[in-house]
Amino acid sequence: MAERAAGTRWTRRLVLALLLAPALLWLLALIVLPHVDLALLSFRERVAPREYAASLAQYRTFFGEPLYWHVFLRTALLSALATTLTLLVAFPIAWIIAKLARGRMSALLFVVCLIPFWVSETVRTLGWMILLRESGVLPAVLTHLGITAQPVELLYHDATILVGLVYTSLLFMMVPLVGSLESLDNALIEAAYDLGGKGWSILRTIVIPHAAPGITAGCIVVFMLTLGNYLTPTLLGGKNSLWFTEQIYTQFITRFNWEQGAALGFLLLALSTAMVWLGLTLSGQRFSDVMRRV
Amino acid sequence: MIPSLPRPAWLRAATALYVAAFLLFLFLPLAVVAVFAFNDAPYPAPPWHGFTLDWFIGNETQGRVGLFRDSELLGSIWTSCIVALWVTGLSVAVGAANAFLMEREQFRGKGVLSMLMLTPLVIPGVILGISILAFASRLADLCTDLFGIEADFLRPGLPLVVLGQFSYIVAIATLTISARLKRFDRSLEDAALNLGASQTAVLRTITLPYLRPALIGSAAIAFLMSFENFNTTLMLVGSDAPLTIMMYGRMREGATPVLNAVSLFLMTASALLALTLMRRGKSQPS
Repeated sequence: MAERAAGTRWTRRLVLALLLAPALLWLLALIVLPHVDLALLSFRERVAPREYAASLAQYRTFFGEPLYWHVFLRTALLSALATTLTLLVAFPIAWIIAKLARGRMSALLFVVCLIPFWVSETVRTLGWMILLRESGVLPAVLTHLGITAQPVELLYHDATILVGLVYTSLLFMMVPLVGSLESLDNALIEAAYDLGGKGWSILRTIVIPHAAPGITAGCIVVFMLTLGNYLTPTLLGGKNSLWFTEQIYTQFITRFNWEQGAALGFLLLALSTAMVWLGLTLSGQRFSDVMRRV
Repeated sequence: MIPSLPRPAWLRAATALYVAAFLLFLFLPLAVVAVFAFNDAPYPAPPWHGFTLDWFIGNETQGRVGLFRDSELLGSIWTSCIVALWVTGLSVAVGAANAFLMEREQFRGKGVLSMLMLTPLVIPGVILGISILAFASRLADLCTDLFGIEADFLRPGLPLVVLGQFSYIVAIATLTISARLKRFDRSLEDAALNLGASQTAVLRTITLPYLRPALIGSAAIAFLMSFENFNTTLMLVGSDAPLTIMMYGRMREGATPVLNAVSLFLMTASALLALTLMRRGKSQPS
């Protein structure tokens, strides 16, 4: 018996080792070590061909060069604005799906709203370009209706970038919102109404506190994805997009200045992590719970 | 507010209007992409010049290269498929192993590991891309310096694209499969073991069939996310461009409606995939 028990203990250890191996390999080789390497890269400077010295030069360049931190701030602010707009657009439809529509109708509406997000972001952006460019559909319609005398260029504005970002982000806001609104008991709203609550006060004191976890989850994910987006800002914003990921790309791929690119990448990562942490702290939630919602 | 409370007529009207406007906003971009795939004009722009299939089947003699004659575009679809198949296989296999690890095993540092498994989901894709690019290049340089070997698979190219996409898609597969494994009733396994089944027989005949929907679901999601990935791929791509990268390049130059044609093809494929999954979901409750 003792021998068999020892045998099963060895089998169990072997199973554990076999299961741990791929997980550790994945996390160490593709996540942890590359990021450590990126950090090391960002803290060095080329002093001669193939010779490097530890330095803060890359970060000094970032703060010394107005273009870099202007674009950084601009990206952060526009991302925050896009997140807010996404929440405002998605909330009513999430409410309609979770509370107003009934049974099959609600499920159908939810599925219909999710369909566009099965299609690649590239395709959706192509659609917006066809709609908005000077020779595109909407300028033609506007001229035809006599609202504008000439077709106007609707691409390459900040507002265009915002429309594209909100569009791309809707899914990631709607799913957690619908989830958290569905779990709200209608009786609470009825009770509040019977006690004389009006729409706005019910929303503020009952609905929003209950939906807070869903709102946080949606906002965190949308902000992060917007901040790291490349396709939508560069295509819809054109040369005026000035998005931070574009600068990282320029440093890394076009200029082959990896040290500078690594520093810019780390700053973006720091901002993204800080916002995730802030969102979690403000709403008092755990990271693992939030990620499971989305 | 809710159906059981009185709602004034204007609020009902406003609700209906909102839903209509929202759906228009969602589907208008997709609709124009589809419509202009059939426009008989060299650019995807109004006015309408009549119906044509040139952008699908046209060849060079007509001056219009359609989707099915555009070898560059077809090649990039093929590249995307190969990459997506690798990513799907790796993600589902490693994701399933991770699910068993996190749900069935006890070991020191489990909390840290489970936290670490979620981090790829909050790292922007561009950063994942550049960090893997830099690290792989360092390894490749090391290989050359120490052993004099050229480790080409560590230079930008499809193997790195697969690894880059895998690095975060596997996190999603892990979540999906773990969620289902968590709800599994382990007394079923105990019963089979008591009846004399071996561990492998239990795994093959009871646990894996139970996990099947999650495995299929995560495979579909992995394939789709890999096929559509842009950010990470952009940083790691070499000379063979997957479809999203190829389309991006052409969109910057102002492309012909052949891009609409390929988009319509993608939409149809996604819709079919979604429908199949939904049907499966309906016929197999829970």
